[in-house]
Amino acid sequence: MEVLLFGIAKDIVGKTLYSLDDGMDWPNSVLELKQHMVEQFPEFGKLSSLAIAVNSEYAADDVSLKQGDEIAIIPPVSGG
Amino acid sequence: MIEPIIEIVDQLDPGKVYQELSHPKSGGVCVFVGAVRDSTQGEEVVSLEFESYQSMALKEMRKIALEAAEKWELNAVVVRHAVGAKEIEEAVVVVGASAPHRDACFQACRYLIDTLKERVPIWKKEYFKNKTVWVSAHP
Repeated sequence: MEVLLFGIAKDIVGKTLYSLDDGMDWPNSVLELKQHMVEQFPEFGKLSSLAIAVNSEYAADDVSLKQGDEIAIIPPVSGG
Repeated sequence: MIEPIIEIVDQLDPGKVYQELSHPKSGGVCVFVGAVRDSTQGEEVVSLEFESYQSMALKEMRKIALEAAEKWELNAVVVRHAVGAKEIEEAVVVVGASAPHRDACFQACRYLIDTLKERVPIWKKEYFKNKTVWVSAHP
């Protein structure tokens, strides 16, 4: 599973793409992915908000993650 | 409404938006241009940098344009954002709507920029003299 990183998420992880090894327990849902990221990188817990996009749409915590989904971490947006 | 104009660009030319919004049935054209300000909370800003999750940002910008067209009677809508490094006074976002009457285009224009700032996955980094900050990242 690969996760796209933007903005401060990219700085926190130190790269633009975060890969979860096949051997690891994959997060099955958006909520589990958020929990995984905060455990691995506690800086995520300090952000104003943390959203996940699945296939380029905002996804609620209960959305399940499937093989082939395009998954992205969406830290607080600041366009405009 | 004609198909909204939705774009993410490197260089933004606010001058062309009037032509894009002009419409024979529009008695009002309303445009908001967001630009780079030279300070944040009293601290001097040197420059800005914008980054986007482009495919999702375009999708969200289009949704917002269509939402506005459902709420108000609009003839044309533009939502355009710039990415990359930006200097002071450069335009970074242009939104606009044209409508038969001014109330609809004023309200739509406000909705377009406010909702863009809430939802569209674009990130702004402020460069100060001795630090950089991702805007809004922390409470």
